[in-house]
Amino acid sequence: MNSYRQNLLGYSFLLPAILVMALCGVLPMAFVAYYSVHDTFGGNIFVWVGATWFKDVLASPEFHAALARSLGFSALVLAIEVPLGIYIALRMPTKGVMASVYIALMTIPLLTPSIVVGYLWAAMALPKAGLLYEVLAFLDLSLNMNNSIAAWLVLALMDCWHWTSLVVLLCFAGLRAIPDDYYRAARIDGAGNWAVFRYIQLPKLRIVLLVAILLRFMDSFIVYTEPYVVTHGGPGVSTTFLSHELVLKALVEFNLGEGGAMAVVYFLIVLSVSWAFFVLVVPKPEGRAGSARS
Amino acid sequence: MNKKTSFVPAIYVGFLIVPIYWLIIMSLKTMKEIESSFIPYPQALTLENFEFIFSDPAWYLGYLNALIYVLMNVAIAVTVAVPAAYAFSRYRFFGHRILFFGFLTFRMMAPAILLVPFVQIFSELNLIDTHIAVAIAHCFFNVPIAVWILEGFISSIPREMDESARIDGYGLLRYFRKILLPQIAPGIAVTAFFCFMFSWVEGLLANGLTVVDAKPINGIMTRAGSVMAADMPLIAAAGVLGLIPGVALIVFMRNHLARGFSMGRVV
Repeated sequence: MNSYRQNLLGYSFLLPAILVMALCGVLPMAFVAYYSVHDTFGGNIFVWVGATWFKDVLASPEFHAALARSLGFSALVLAIEVPLGIYIALRMPTKGVMASVYIALMTIPLLTPSIVVGYLWAAMALPKAGLLYEVLAFLDLSLNMNNSIAAWLVLALMDCWHWTSLVVLLCFAGLRAIPDDYYRAARIDGAGNWAVFRYIQLPKLRIVLLVAILLRFMDSFIVYTEPYVVTHGGPGVSTTFLSHELVLKALVEFNLGEGGAMAVVYFLIVLSVSWAFFVLVVPKPEGRAGSARS
Repeated sequence: MNKKTSFVPAIYVGFLIVPIYWLIIMSLKTMKEIESSFIPYPQALTLENFEFIFSDPAWYLGYLNALIYVLMNVAIAVTVAVPAAYAFSRYRFFGHRILFFGFLTFRMMAPAILLVPFVQIFSELNLIDTHIAVAIAHCFFNVPIAVWILEGFISSIPREMDESARIDGYGLLRYFRKILLPQIAPGIAVTAFFCFMFSWVEGLLANGLTVVDAKPINGIMTRAGSVMAADMPLIAAAGVLGLIPGVALIVFMRNHLARGFSMGRVV
């Protein structure tokens, strides 16, 4: 096929998706960019203010603190969920009824609405009535949600409860794709468990792990509903993450300009992370034909 | 993989199930019982929380509203994603990589960023408080993921299939209907599963774009939970009902789940 036909057919097939994305992705993002360089009066008169909001945002200690908290939270949950997820996936039975039962049960948290997860863990931490509170009390520990470290730990535990399964199931699928011959060959070579993991399983998990890390990084970086329900951003502002800060600015204070500038800065962070991911994960067109079949 | 039985997955599943068990138990208690003592097993079971939900349209319609926009979203996302994924898989057009990257980038946007512009756009279109508004809004993260998963499934079908269909005189539409779609049926099921999952779980946009008529259960729970003396057993009952569609989907998809998480492309 010549390149003209390739272009024509390619774009005809893409058209519906591009139209939908223009409406629900590009257009709102353009609005945000517009807010970020304007000041607004009453929400319908806009005055050009140039880079003022960006200067404000980049100099704002609240924004820096919220950004640091979000990055910290993502780092914390990734540091727990990824190794734990790999470990559990390695220990899963490969086939049989138990494997299916485990997979089904592990999928339940993934399909639990954020709001339910939030209320579940808020209730878990309630004094007198909460399971987590009572278990800790039984161990002579008192759970005080007014302590910011305790609040962080509960949020991290909640996130692990909600999302570790995604890492487990992605890795499990990746591990199942490794042919038995590889293991047989490794056994003949006298490879130990660690060597098998390091030189056979881990390289084969590269793509799924990157997918898992990317999804988990992004979703924990933008997390809103769950921490909001459990801690309302508190104690103080210790669990006010980036999305929460954005909602406060844009919707509660109705400061569209500063909210917009924050959103644009956020967008640039997302853009650079996803570019790095794209370069690492998505094979170049030349390389794809070979791997497409397997 | 490890052939010996291991207790690790069992312990992990226990950690997942215990809070759910406790949620169910709590939903069967009265507020008074919860305040008086902590007993981790059912005592005097009551269904009054569930009865309350099923007697108040504001509550039970919340589930229906959520289901309606989730299903609309899944339908839109899958419908536009199949041809797009086919294009990405089969054609080498100008801007191929950049567009694929562009799609992925939107998957990573925060709903919190887009809420204000969505409110403005859908107000202009007179679509605030409709199911379709939420369904379209959720497309910004679901269309990219759908394109991505389906691209993997379509790429695993050999190109020779396209060519032999062409030789047999199949037009493109007939090829899609008779050959491609049946071949990627599991892929479509998996894609629908993922779209359902992300749309069903999302709360911020769903709540922000609706007022009464299309208010999902999220919003109703938020309202009930934000009053001072939140009725925890009632919220727990609402939460238990919120689990049901997910569990039903898992039962329905049980044979495809394992392959689903390989996203069709794991090598």
